[in-house]
Amino acid sequence: MANYSTNDFRSGLKVILDGEPCSILDNEFVKPGKGQAFNRVKLRNLNTGRVWERTFRSGETLEGADVIDLTMEYLYTDGEFWYFMEPDTFEQHRADEKAVADALNWLKEQERFEITLYNGAPLIVTPPNFVELEIVETDPGLKGDTAQGGSKPATLSTGAVVKVPLFINQGEVIRVDTRSGEYQNRVSKS
Amino acid sequence: MGWQPSAKLDTLRARAGLLGRIRNFFASREILEVETPLLCNAGVTDPALEPLTVERGSSIAESRFLQTSPEYAMKRLLASHGQPIFQLAKAFRDGEAGARHNPEFTILEWYRPGFDHHELMAEVAELVRYCIGGRELHTYSYRQLFRELLSVDPFTATVAELQALASSRIDTGTLTGDKDLWLDLLMSHVVEPQLATRDMCFVHDYPASQAALAQISEVDGVQVGHRFELYVDGLELANGYRELTDPAEQRLRFDRDNLQRRDRGLAQRPLDERLLAAMAHGLPQCSGVALGVDRLLMLASGHADIRDVLAFDWARA
Repeated sequence: MANYSTNDFRSGLKVILDGEPCSILDNEFVKPGKGQAFNRVKLRNLNTGRVWERTFRSGETLEGADVIDLTMEYLYTDGEFWYFMEPDTFEQHRADEKAVADALNWLKEQERFEITLYNGAPLIVTPPNFVELEIVETDPGLKGDTAQGGSKPATLSTGAVVKVPLFINQGEVIRVDTRSGEYQNRVSKS
Repeated sequence: MGWQPSAKLDTLRARAGLLGRIRNFFASREILEVETPLLCNAGVTDPALEPLTVERGSSIAESRFLQTSPEYAMKRLLASHGQPIFQLAKAFRDGEAGARHNPEFTILEWYRPGFDHHELMAEVAELVRYCIGGRELHTYSYRQLFRELLSVDPFTATVAELQALASSRIDTGTLTGDKDLWLDLLMSHVVEPQLATRDMCFVHDYPASQAALAQISEVDGVQVGHRFELYVDGLELANGYRELTDPAEQRLRFDRDNLQRRDRGLAQRPLDERLLAAMAHGLPQCSGVALGVDRLLMLASGHADIRDVLAFDWARA
């Protein structure tokens, strides 16, 4: 991969820092009057999700990281790995538990996920912002209770448990915001 | 492709108004406005400054440098006439781009024969107040400021002590360097942000190793460079010196800069022999200062990003 100087650091650029793939979030040029110039850089470690703020001497370089984001379709899991397919080439990739951790609650077959590949292997699986999933278990709905507040737990087909309004029934499909894990609306009745 | 300006019309009006006020201020003090060449034969030796160069043209035999400041030419005028002078000009510094830097910027530089740096600081404060209104003024020596804010004496601390202090406050990664690197890092990352709540602050009497073109003398048992910086609301606005006038010492500092440049893998810079000849003829005892006009406009118009006060920033130039 190419090397990038602090002058090239832009938000979204992927680099290797301390052996870890990182995405640059912010790059601030800092110079104390007549003195030496620095770049104060915010990076997200793509392996751990941790945000780093590190200072470099201006002009210092970092190696670029072979990181690309692709949209893929979720196929299945064998319990150890989760399999995804590039829709155009039908090429399959397997992600380990760490890579799917943030998406585990929302993995629905044939749904499309954003897969971040690092050196060709899945590093992060990001779910779409909203998914539609069927409720497989919840207490019976209360008729006519559509206006009132109150909620109850519901188990979705993926195993995730979300809070839903009291009027929602087992077998119905709901829309969930994957970023907050919150119920959005009812999509259909069974 | 966006063709529109970066700054809004009211900011452009504020810029025109500010330039007018600056000229009024100097006219009322009978300080002569001058213009000197932007494209110069000699560049600066300062290891922390990179000029942009113009490589070809039928008028130039060798590549020329766009000025990083009008300092050398203005000192030649001082050596020739001894008059107080000021200049409003464009200056260029390669690689300096960000929320507070644009590689091409407007500089105000002026020289006062017979002034020491404290007298010039007082005049800088008057100009700033004249342009952006009343501000409370604080004056600290570099030593005092480091003692107060970091509990360390920047003159006597060792490299290891400064490195440990910096690394306890900042993720310094693999940074290595001399004492000045750690001092610069602490100044820019820890001290400067704390000046943001102190209105108008002068910092003066820097370590001799950071004197640049200022006279050096002993104060309280340590060698200090009679250099000052002005910060307003934490924004570095001006840098001034009680000017070095000795040509032999000047040549030594140029040579030392070039040695540092070599150690850092930077290109050697030819010395400005015309400046050295002017100093040999005799530069009057004087103080001089350079002030960032775009930053003054940021303060006057309440903008935090320099791009908002430029008609066209670097990316749109």
